[in-house]
Amino acid sequence: MTSSSAPSSSPSHRPPRVGLFCTCLVDTIRPSVGFAAAKLLAEAGCEVDVPRQTCCGQPAFNSGDRATARVFAEQTIAAFESFDYVVAPSGSCAGMMKAHYPELFAGEPDAMIRAERFCAKVFELVSFLVDVLGVTRVCARYDGVVTYHDSCSGLRELKVRDQPRALLASVEGLTLNEMADADTCCGFGGTFCVKYPAISDAIVGKKASNIAASGADTLVAGDLGCLMNMAGKLQREGQDIAVRHVAEVLAGMGDQPAIGVARKG
Amino acid sequence: MTVAITSPHLKENAAEALKDAQLQEALAKVGPGFIGKRRAAADKMPEFEALRDSARDIKTHTLAHLDLYLEQFEEKVRAAGGHVHFAVDAADARAIITDICKRLGARTVTKGKSMISEEIGLNDHLEAQGILPVETDLGEYLIQIRHETPSHIIAPAIHLNKRQVEADFRRVHTDLPADRDLTEPTALLAEARGELRQKFLMADVGITGANFLIAETGTSVLVTNEGNGDLTQTLPKAHIVLASLEKLVPTLEDATQLLRVLARSATGQDMSVYTSFSTGPRRADDPDGPGEYHVVLLDNGRSAMLQGDLREMLRCIRCGACMNHCPVYHAIGGHAYGWVYPGPMGAVLTPSLIGVEKGANLPNASTFCGRCEEVCPVRIPLPKLMRHWREKEFERHLTPAPQRYGLKVWGFLATRGWLYRPATRLAMKALALLGGTRGRFSSLPLAGGWTRYRDFPAPEGDTFQAQWRARKASNRSTAA
Amino acid sequence: MTGSRETVLASVRRALGVTSREAPRRQEVADRLKGHPAGVIPARGQLPPSERIALFKDMVLAAAASLDHLPSMDEVPGAIAAYLRARNLPSSLLRGTDPRLADLPWHKEPQLDVWIGASDGHQLVGLSHAFAGIAESGTVVLLSGQDNPTTLNFLPDHHLVVVDAREVDGDYETVWTRIRARFGEGALPRAVNWVTGPSRSADIEQTLLLGAHGPRSLHILLVGTAD
Repeated sequence: MTSSSAPSSSPSHRPPRVGLFCTCLVDTIRPSVGFAAAKLLAEAGCEVDVPRQTCCGQPAFNSGDRATARVFAEQTIAAFESFDYVVAPSGSCAGMMKAHYPELFAGEPDAMIRAERFCAKVFELVSFLVDVLGVTRVCARYDGVVTYHDSCSGLRELKVRDQPRALLASVEGLTLNEMADADTCCGFGGTFCVKYPAISDAIVGKKASNIAASGADTLVAGDLGCLMNMAGKLQREGQDIAVRHVAEVLAGMGDQPAIGVARKG
Repeated sequence: MTVAITSPHLKENAAEALKDAQLQEALAKVGPGFIGKRRAAADKMPEFEALRDSARDIKTHTLAHLDLYLEQFEEKVRAAGGHVHFAVDAADARAIITDICKRLGARTVTKGKSMISEEIGLNDHLEAQGILPVETDLGEYLIQIRHETPSHIIAPAIHLNKRQVEADFRRVHTDLPADRDLTEPTALLAEARGELRQKFLMADVGITGANFLIAETGTSVLVTNEGNGDLTQTLPKAHIVLASLEKLVPTLEDATQLLRVLARSATGQDMSVYTSFSTGPRRADDPDGPGEYHVVLLDNGRSAMLQGDLREMLRCIRCGACMNHCPVYHAIGGHAYGWVYPGPMGAVLTPSLIGVEKGANLPNASTFCGRCEEVCPVRIPLPKLMRHWREKEFERHLTPAPQRYGLKVWGFLATRGWLYRPATRLAMKALALLGGTRGRFSSLPLAGGWTRYRDFPAPEGDTFQAQWRARKASNRSTAA
Repeated sequence: MTGSRETVLASVRRALGVTSREAPRRQEVADRLKGHPAGVIPARGQLPPSERIALFKDMVLAAAASLDHLPSMDEVPGAIAAYLRARNLPSSLLRGTDPRLADLPWHKEPQLDVWIGASDGHQLVGLSHAFAGIAESGTVVLLSGQDNPTTLNFLPDHHLVVVDAREVDGDYETVWTRIRARFGEGALPRAVNWVTGPSRSADIEQTLLLGAHGPRSLHILLVGTAD
């Protein structure tokens, strides 16, 4: 992995200390994404640690339960505020922390200032690598035709669009084929997909058709929730398309089983 | 036709919509049509984003001074010889309009497309009073003869195909030769033009909505592509403008800023074909124009929205871009939302107007993908306002029980890390064991909503946090 | 409905937390109405005269209208006659009392039957003189009154509009300034109609079709040069 410039905002003389916010889904369903993220960060010169954590609080926040969301926010801020940066392999969780934490502390000036200081350190993984660390290419190989789905929160709240495409282009052996409507929602929507499963299915059905029509053998995206939704639909439809988190492909960890595929042996 | 509220049954409505092959065929055209056209129009206008900021600021300023602009508007309409009628609610507005029509002995009323008219159920009311309302926007006419309601705020008949239109025209236009050729859409359009031309010329009163009301001059602004709005407001004895309070803008320049973003956001046109500024009734030396000019200013819950977060919703200029870009709207169409206003703007507006008890499904049925906010010409934070309604619903204990308890259990666990981390380790190891050979589940207890339609991946095994700590510990012991 | 008026205004004031008597708010509103700030004016129309005319012509055509660019008003009757012949239309048209139209050399086209007045829906061709053209979007601006009755803009199948090239402005705001200069601050003629292309509808399967309820054709007769 090569950087065009040294991290500009980290204190000099020591590597930036990054707290990896692994996200609930990576923590429980697919830890390999967490290791891929840690590897990418370490290779870019960061000192990475994973403080004890649970959830960013987004499910509560989006369900209208601000009080619970606020408890999660407090816990997360407390766990991570000693780091130079807080990085998540998810635009959705990073978006929650970066764009919405301060409003949970409306009317509490001190807590608000603390939340805002925290927010300034929060980044989605791939945009952090590119925009903050100045990474321009990765040392990885992936033999396949990949299509990239823009997960909504990363795209719209954090402007993650060109960064993953730029790094994917540097992966040896990888061809990027854009699908139609790559920036259209996959229908996951957190609790939406279980509250309105039929509507969610209609949306992910269209997404699956676009993925298949792209001619790619691999789908990547930056959010595990979306990936699980799309993988589940592709598999239910019998599509032979591997689904992976973008961090896994960038970290050269594309040889392990894809999402929803059994380990061999 | 009056809109019966079926918003509480959004899921059932959606299930019907998803099964309706004809509807799905029509909906498949919504995204490709509108999205590309808006994008192209925005790309051709380098100042488009600056215009959106300007549009937002104009609306924000107006709403903060709405009392004063309403008074100014009223004074200017009066000065131009027109009348302003304030209406507290739907019944009030219906009564005002019926009184005007009755005083003029009106038998036929032509109507320009107006969502407010749908909101107050005007057509049914007029019919009950023996007054025939004729919708003149082609899309509105199509749904009127089918006794349906609009499924889109700017393309009311977007759910219909030309075969359905042909069948309806044959059923309704019985005075025309039965063997006429109606296979081409151009023939359908020509037939509608002929039928409606008679109505325009015989109407006693014309009722239109307004895209904007200008305080500076006491003017109503109406935008159409068909020209039906102008025939409706020019030819009859009286023109009644039916508009809600938030249509006010201060000046001609302000209206112009908003017009620059309206058509681009709606249909991708630089400007709609007809943009008409009407000020008062026919003047002494005018050879045409209505003899009376009335503006009915409807509140119906909007003044209350000025307080708090929902004020931002009152910036809405009804362009339809939010629904044109909404994956949920694309899947289920407008009728499934169960009342007058569909899509993201409806998901925010509907609970304000019919109550969160009946409207709560709407702000919940969103993935929060944020595309609506991304394209809104007046930058309404629609997801934030949908979340506002979810919060109200939660505060008032209206959230459905399974969801509420699920959240409670998860919240209890996940805010207690000492309990959460071992519990998730145990659960993931068990699930990994169960699903390991196949790598995924095609059914899971308590996750039926997921596995009915998609597989669920088996976890890899132990949690990331546990594995990380184990590796760290072993690295440390190796180093030592 | 005085009761409703007071109820609505009181509700607005309550929600805004105001009395309507606050001097700074009243001043702000008065200033805005008096100053009518222009906001963002796109660069597109801000061109020297000849380029402005070229843009106007391009935009008129892009809006699916047709256009003749004539050297002087003397050529207008001939161009109208040619338009009608080319479309097999009867040699008859309706116009208002606008002196600029009255003064045209109609004698050059003696077969043209020129009627004067508002439309009752029975005429195929209407002729108007625009108050302005707007280059930014290829729009023509028509003002109500005896000179150019509003019904001519909407009832005939063919609407022919004379536009003086010297009155083609870059943007809408310039036209508002000209209208204020003629009618005074805070006043408008009964109808100001911006027309951008012929009538159309996309209400059947989102297929755009020309000729809904208004004119099926809009033909612009642009006269002279802007300089």
